[in-house]
Amino acid sequence: MRFWERLANVDRKVLYLLLALVVAVPIIVRPKTSIRVSEPVREAFGAVDRLPAGSVVMISIDFDPSSAPEVQPMLVALLRHAFKKNLKVIVMGQLALGLPLAEIALDQVAPEMGKKYGDDYVNFGYRPGFTAMMVGMGREIRDYFRTDYRNVPVDSFPFMRQVHNYEDIALLVSLAHGGVADAWIQYVGGRFNQAIIVGCTGVNAPNLYQYLHSGQIKGLIGGLQGASEYETLVERPGSATLGMPAQSAAHGLIILLLVIGNIGYLLSRKRKA
Amino acid sequence: MLLNIIGTWIAATLTLAILSFLYRDNPFYKVAEHIYVGTSAGFAVIYAWAFDVYPMLVDAFRNNLAEHNYWEAWILVVPTILGIMMLCRSIPKIAWISRWPISFTVGIGSGLGLVAAVQGYLLPQISDTLRPLITVNNFVVYIGVIATLFYFYFSKEHKGALGVLSRVGIIFIMVAFGASFGYTVMARVSLLIGRFYFLLHDWLHVIR
Repeated sequence: MRFWERLANVDRKVLYLLLALVVAVPIIVRPKTSIRVSEPVREAFGAVDRLPAGSVVMISIDFDPSSAPEVQPMLVALLRHAFKKNLKVIVMGQLALGLPLAEIALDQVAPEMGKKYGDDYVNFGYRPGFTAMMVGMGREIRDYFRTDYRNVPVDSFPFMRQVHNYEDIALLVSLAHGGVADAWIQYVGGRFNQAIIVGCTGVNAPNLYQYLHSGQIKGLIGGLQGASEYETLVERPGSATLGMPAQSAAHGLIILLLVIGNIGYLLSRKRKA
Repeated sequence: MLLNIIGTWIAATLTLAILSFLYRDNPFYKVAEHIYVGTSAGFAVIYAWAFDVYPMLVDAFRNNLAEHNYWEAWILVVPTILGIMMLCRSIPKIAWISRWPISFTVGIGSGLGLVAAVQGYLLPQISDTLRPLITVNNFVVYIGVIATLFYFYFSKEHKGALGVLSRVGIIFIMVAFGASFGYTVMARVSLLIGRFYFLLHDWLHVIR
């Protein structure tokens, strides 16, 4: 009995060390794991996959470095998928701190897919305004983005000459770590019937399933798990796929510790009674 | 190349400094925390000035004047004044001036939000809830929604049938919280994995 109680009262620093070990070892050893693709991610993939070549996809970078480990792999995988399908990509965002992450991903993916800035993709950068801007872009994108983030006029990009508002955007992708995805769905999806898919952090995912079930979004990529599933679908494993064994090991440890802690608690309560 | 190496070493040092909080609160952690907050704020200010205020206000004003678009140039004075009024918030004696631009912002937010809440949230969610009772899932949705709503009905004491319903509502709420907590744990572990990946891959080159 004392054994369980001792285990239940073990110093938290030991638990941190254990967690560090179970996270680090799988990253180094890289055990092979099979990733089962969930329906929400498959739907998100399908929404991109069904678009005809030349369609315009707008990716909104609504996350910043604090959630990059989860959302950045989604951005990389989505860009690979969009470029493979020869879609035109517009990148913009609602968080100033997130836009450099878009540049990192574009600099990584565009050269390997043979895509050229201005011909195949543009980066508008960040503009303030949030919901007012979201609604305003339904009339004319140029009211908010006359130039890209390098101060080059939008109309100097050939494919942008035909893009004026949401009617010209086949799919909107919000990669979000907060309530921005909700705003895109409510303000743009509701008002303009814009097709939307969302990639979000694990914390946000449960709140977004309601939109998926109601058909307000066409797909949902939730957390590192979702990112790894998308990487599986685009057949290019990346950092998310690499992190999944560590994720599973950490979850296993947490469940084990929860069980041990509860047994210890129940036994000590029984003893006191 | 050299700058990349220096950057990686700084990032790795700051990561370890932040993780040192797990042992206990210490000066390394505090320094890293302050650097993070300061850098983020500094970056946001520079970004807002260089990519928004300067091109959209200063440049736009100059360009419009040069093209003789006087109306489009001088209208920019209005957001400039509102922006300056907003900054008055930091001076206690004239902080009340900031209420004007705040009220303007709140007005826009409410106006837009009202339509979005009804059109983009309430109506689609209600219509999705009202499903035909032909599957077990739909039946569970009905029970969950009704029971949870009854739990939040506080005008009557939760006794008898109302008590039973509200207890069922608590179960549904707890299941929702559980799912949310599970995802939160996953998210936090993901962030830890991200940092470990950075330390082992970018810094120590243990993995390739």
